[in-house]
Amino acid sequence: MSQTTIDPRLMRAPPKRKLRLSWADERIRGVVWQVLVVGIVGTIVWWLWSNTVHNLEVRKIATGFGFLTREAGLPVAESVIEYSPTDTYLRALTVGLLNTLKVAVVGIVLSTILGTVIGIARLSRNWLVAKLSAIYVEVIRDLPLLLQLLFWYTILQSLPGPRQAMQPVPGVFLSNRGLKLPWLDWQDAHSLALLALLLGAVVTWFYRRQALAKRILDGQPRRIWPVALGAMGALPVLVWAALGAPWTADWPELRGFNFRGGVTVSPEFFALLLGLVLYTAGFIAEIVRAGILAVPQGQWEAAQALGLHPGQVLRQIVLPQALRVIIPPMTSQYLNITKNSSLAVAIGYQDIVSIANTTLNQTGQAIEGIAIIMLVYLTISLSISLFMNWYNARIALVER
Amino acid sequence: MSDVTLETAAAKVPEAAPRSPPASQIGLLAWLRTNLFSSWLNSAVTLLIAYLVVRWTIGFVEWGIVNAVWSVPDNQTQACRDLKGIGACWAVITEKHRFILFGTYPYEEHWRPALCVLLFVGLYTVSAMRRFWRKELALVWVATLTAIGVLMWGGILGLPYVPQERWGGLVITLILATFGLALAFPLAVLVALGRRSRLPAIKALCVLYVELIRGVPLISLLFMASVMFPLFLPEGMNIDKLLRAQIAIILFAGAYLAEVVRGGLQALPKGQYEAAEALGLSYWQKTGFIILPQALRLVIPPLVNTFIGFFKDTSLVLIIGIFDLLTAGKTAIIEPAWQGFGVEVYLTVGAIYFVFCFAMSKYSQSLEAELNRHRNR
Repeated sequence: MSQTTIDPRLMRAPPKRKLRLSWADERIRGVVWQVLVVGIVGTIVWWLWSNTVHNLEVRKIATGFGFLTREAGLPVAESVIEYSPTDTYLRALTVGLLNTLKVAVVGIVLSTILGTVIGIARLSRNWLVAKLSAIYVEVIRDLPLLLQLLFWYTILQSLPGPRQAMQPVPGVFLSNRGLKLPWLDWQDAHSLALLALLLGAVVTWFYRRQALAKRILDGQPRRIWPVALGAMGALPVLVWAALGAPWTADWPELRGFNFRGGVTVSPEFFALLLGLVLYTAGFIAEIVRAGILAVPQGQWEAAQALGLHPGQVLRQIVLPQALRVIIPPMTSQYLNITKNSSLAVAIGYQDIVSIANTTLNQTGQAIEGIAIIMLVYLTISLSISLFMNWYNARIALVER
Repeated sequence: MSDVTLETAAAKVPEAAPRSPPASQIGLLAWLRTNLFSSWLNSAVTLLIAYLVVRWTIGFVEWGIVNAVWSVPDNQTQACRDLKGIGACWAVITEKHRFILFGTYPYEEHWRPALCVLLFVGLYTVSAMRRFWRKELALVWVATLTAIGVLMWGGILGLPYVPQERWGGLVITLILATFGLALAFPLAVLVALGRRSRLPAIKALCVLYVELIRGVPLISLLFMASVMFPLFLPEGMNIDKLLRAQIAIILFAGAYLAEVVRGGLQALPKGQYEAAEALGLSYWQKTGFIILPQALRLVIPPLVNTFIGFFKDTSLVLIIGIFDLLTAGKTAIIEPAWQGFGVEVYLTVGAIYFVFCFAMSKYSQSLEAELNRHRNR
């Protein structure tokens, strides 16, 4: 853009017109309109504000965030961090925020996977697969999410009790207390192995970058997978083995009226996750399908004509182009999952909205409670869209 | 000569092996082969899926029809309980359908909300037909919505007065969605124009409004409407809960619709703006006669899609305790006699939502195809 030569006649600034104090002058009109609109909006806001201040005085409600340090006395069923009802409101709200993030992150990952599979299945040459995916997408998108959540929650609650729990796979129990899964007896060796895996990933990434740079210079392809296998496969296993290779699982067992051991996925979390993932996958499937269809057929054919094998065609030619179409609407779906997770309050999963709502009912601090909810979601929304914008700019088509 | 050469040439060619005729390209068998059994993997997938579909369909038919209980004598749900889940208890629908559809509206007056539902459906149908896309349509909307208000409240024309607290069911869902759209739409057009305005203060206000609303979930706005709104008003003044929720939905829908309308404004070629200015039209003339008619036509399909979204989102009023279709369904199974039959109720309520949303989404797709027809030539 900047390199194109501009006609020198256009470079000249337009002649300055004198400001006339008349309705015929566009600039005067602009100023008047702005003053008018800002004035009206300002008056309304001021009116609401003064009413609020007056009402708060009349009802003797003290404003401020001082209540956050008070003892909450609010039981929370599931929490990522340690929490007891004697902790402060601030701690309770943090627990809620973490619960929101937990369901949002897991939901985003699972619905992306499921949505991509269904979107590709809808383009399948197998008629049955394509039709079934189409029916799934049409039905799931035309039912309110809240209805779906209540439906799944009802089904999970009507499951048999722990004593008659269903056991689809040995060690996995499904009952009205939720889903019980066996889990590794976590030790330092596992943490260190995870750390080694992370290190391996970083090493692989750097190696791949260097290999690509060298390939651009001399045209010789270099194998990346041996390094990747060594750094991300062998290294963690070696670390784990060196520390004694601990391998004891914590199996859930029926003791009395409930299960002991293993990890629990509560019915509330399970229903919320199930509803969010199934619902959002329907939308993501359509986005993925549109993205793949947006790549012209000629691109596939040209890539094949160059002698690339099908995997290369998909990875290096089609996917990069499809992603450009997919990323922006996908961003809004990720935002939707996060915002929709607030429906948790309807089925009793204690996310930030649920805990803030209980807090404002207990303390009477309505304004602060809602301000906290809004602030949290605005921050999350803004961070997700900033990240996705950055990613989108990175993969965007670089034009002249 | 030539005969001889031909003969020798023919003798050199080995006799062709008998070939079977090429596989048929038409007919049921060919269709099955190309679409279902084109390869080993495809055949395996087809068979597996077909097996699962048939099994689940049979299971559902057994549960929903064969083993189902359709009615029980006055709230004696023992017959349903005896099924122990092997059959559906549609008796809950037989018993509670009036409650689910109309909530606590006085029983002998149920024809009024029923008529309102029909009016709403008629209004949607008329609005969907392109031959009625004229200025008079706005008048039809005003007239119908007024008629609905009169029917619901009553108090005149010999209709007994019914307070708003007793309204409920499907009609509330339709009211929230339709009034929400009708009032949010003008707001959205203004905000969209404001966001494209050259006046910095107006642009900033519109950007702030849209981004603020779109960044928070609808629930937080509904909470605000139910908990905080009373604090905003002067002492003694009070607005009922339904209206407060309606305002929250309008503000919410306004921000989303504004973005859709802005898409249309941006898609319009710049030449249209410049040509209108060159003709010497004022801003409002330019906007009203040249820009909006074209821009809005461009965004009708996404507008319908947004409307489907709001239709579904009105169900969120359940959380602040307003009696819409979903709340009515949820309340119907609170009674001890009917506890545990949630699946049947939610399937029924879901079917009602589905009919409305599916009709709208099919309409939006056909409209999109129709409006884009000139591009595909």
